[in-house]
Amino acid sequence: MAEQLRTEEMMVNMGPQHPSTHGVCRLILTIDGEVINDCVPVIGYLHRAIEKICENRTYAQCIPLMDRFEYVTAMSCNWVFALAAEKLSDIEIPERAEYLRVIMAELNRMASHLLCIGVTSMDIGALTPFLYTFREREMILDLFEMTCGQRLTYNYIRVGGVSRDIPPEFVPMCRQFLDIIDAKVDDYERVLTENPIWIARNKGIGIIPEQMVYDYAISGPSARASGVNFDIRKHDTYSIYDRFDFEVPVFYGCDSYDRYRARIAEVRQSARIVRQALDGLPDGPVRAKVSMNFKTKPGEVYTRIENSRGEMGINLISDGSRKPFRVRARGGSYNHLMALPDIVRGTKIADLVAIFASLDIIMPEIDR
Amino acid sequence: MELAPVFDWLYNQLSALGLGDTLNNLISLIVVSVIVFGFLCLVALFLVWWERKISAHVQQRFGPMMTGWHGALQTVADAVKLLQKEDITPAIADRNVFFWAPVVCFTCAFAAYVVIPFGDGLIVSDLNIGILYIIAITTFTIISLLMAGWGSNNKYALLGGMRSAAQGVSYEVPLVLSILGVVMVTGSMSMNDIVRAQSGWGGFHWNVFFQPLGFLIYVTAATAETNRTPFDIPEAEQELVAGYNVEYSGMKFAMFFLAEFINMFTVSAITVTVFLGGWNGPFLPSWVWFLGKTLFMVFIMMLFRWTYPRLRVDQLMEFSWKVLLPLAFLNIVYVGVFAKWLNW
Repeated sequence: MAEQLRTEEMMVNMGPQHPSTHGVCRLILTIDGEVINDCVPVIGYLHRAIEKICENRTYAQCIPLMDRFEYVTAMSCNWVFALAAEKLSDIEIPERAEYLRVIMAELNRMASHLLCIGVTSMDIGALTPFLYTFREREMILDLFEMTCGQRLTYNYIRVGGVSRDIPPEFVPMCRQFLDIIDAKVDDYERVLTENPIWIARNKGIGIIPEQMVYDYAISGPSARASGVNFDIRKHDTYSIYDRFDFEVPVFYGCDSYDRYRARIAEVRQSARIVRQALDGLPDGPVRAKVSMNFKTKPGEVYTRIENSRGEMGINLISDGSRKPFRVRARGGSYNHLMALPDIVRGTKIADLVAIFASLDIIMPEIDR
Repeated sequence: MELAPVFDWLYNQLSALGLGDTLNNLISLIVVSVIVFGFLCLVALFLVWWERKISAHVQQRFGPMMTGWHGALQTVADAVKLLQKEDITPAIADRNVFFWAPVVCFTCAFAAYVVIPFGDGLIVSDLNIGILYIIAITTFTIISLLMAGWGSNNKYALLGGMRSAAQGVSYEVPLVLSILGVVMVTGSMSMNDIVRAQSGWGGFHWNVFFQPLGFLIYVTAATAETNRTPFDIPEAEQELVAGYNVEYSGMKFAMFFLAEFINMFTVSAITVTVFLGGWNGPFLPSWVWFLGKTLFMVFIMMLFRWTYPRLRVDQLMEFSWKVLLPLAFLNIVYVGVFAKWLNW
């Protein structure tokens, strides 16, 4: 009987317009009922040629472009480009600026992880935790707005320091936020971590074995959830991260559930770093004297920092002029997306959505 | 307030006019239908607003605030807007199936109210197979969802329709079996008889105290029947965009939407009738008790939606066949044994 019934696979275009592809990602799915037999990601819908435009701009003009490179953690994008330009031109960064950079980047990491946790829960059907995480993310964005006037694309970390000093009310407001965030993260955990449906939907789903982490160069919380203890802040220290006492949370479940737990743990660790940075914040200038149209030495550098989505790097080639000769950006999401077909093959459509969210893929970082 | 007397009174008045018997019956039926229809539309509009308010307060928002008192007229405004929308039928859709799906859906949701006792004597028609009739008629909703999924000729809609068919069939079984326990004890399928059997103890001789397991099974299965979170996989917007109703717009969409809320009210009303003593209760008028209890059950279902994540389709089936169904059988055995021994 089964031989007489003809069944065939169905091709479904998930995206570019789809509520849970987080941007304009298109996945060509070959599905057999609910089971995914194949998945081909199609990228490029958000291509803005940022790297090419940078070649026609001075270094100072490149910074706001970098905001658009990965707008969920724009502080890190500013920072990684500034690091590259500074490395090429031997600029000394004032102490206070280094502390401010760390504070801003860690706050931004928390905002990004809160976004990811909220969106993951929404993709799995729990709509309420999404609003809760956004409530706390809002407080972080208020801090940014108070500092540099922007909530998403900050243009704050510049070559030679930061664009301006923090206002006097920043420190008390930031401390107020840090005082509540631990309790709020406990709240999310109460709603999600122990929830049997959440566990059923995440545990054992979207397995990334340790070998796959190396094969696809997966980094960030997704790698650390697969038992790979690698954090650039610790293992290839940049800026002043060696002065702070924090842990790198590593989990060994390799699944969506542990990726979620890794992010929860990192929010707590980031809060720890910001607290220490606020305590040790020195007085002084926030920006080295750098002319508007400064020239760098000719040469090539690669700088990388730990972003909330993994390793973020800039490969900068300079011919000694006012403008970069070539800029090449690297974001973690690209590797995650390329690993996606291997992860989701054989799972259900509903799992694909959960896995996609748990990898924290955002498209602007991939298409640039 | 009583519908049967209204019907009789109308019938007598019309007889005096000297119209034929058939015509008399027809006119009286239409009048009663319009009353029920008006009530249901009000209920659906209220529930949509209420859900938005509950979700807003769970999520620390305000929800609609601008239209009327605390946004009370928001759903009216939305309905008016949907009425004005262009009615789009996709070019590749199966026109007939596409057209009839929302009609079937809404009609079935509406038809269940023939036998629901809103209060003492406040019932359109006390059929002697009342509960069986409700189960039969609400099952038609699944067919309409399948029609919508198939008729749209859209892959997401088809997946949604298939999911709803699979889910509906699976959850229908524990749902019926959980009600069977009450029917065994009562010895009747008439809704009025079931309510009257619970009128002891000053109106608190509720079935839920004797069959808590059956009650839990019914509420779980009913949540799945009405496609509510955590069982809302047929319309999982994060996976299927909108599921079976993805191609619908304007008033056809509104019919699906309102039918969903009417269905939620229906299953809550059945829960109240079968397990929570129906309109029984001291001091207050019977219809106040009935509405109060029903709205409380609706409130519980809404809280489910804004608290829990969604199950996956295979986990959902597993839960129905491997957990709910054995428990439902256990409930029947338990009810049978105790009904025999203790003469409930």
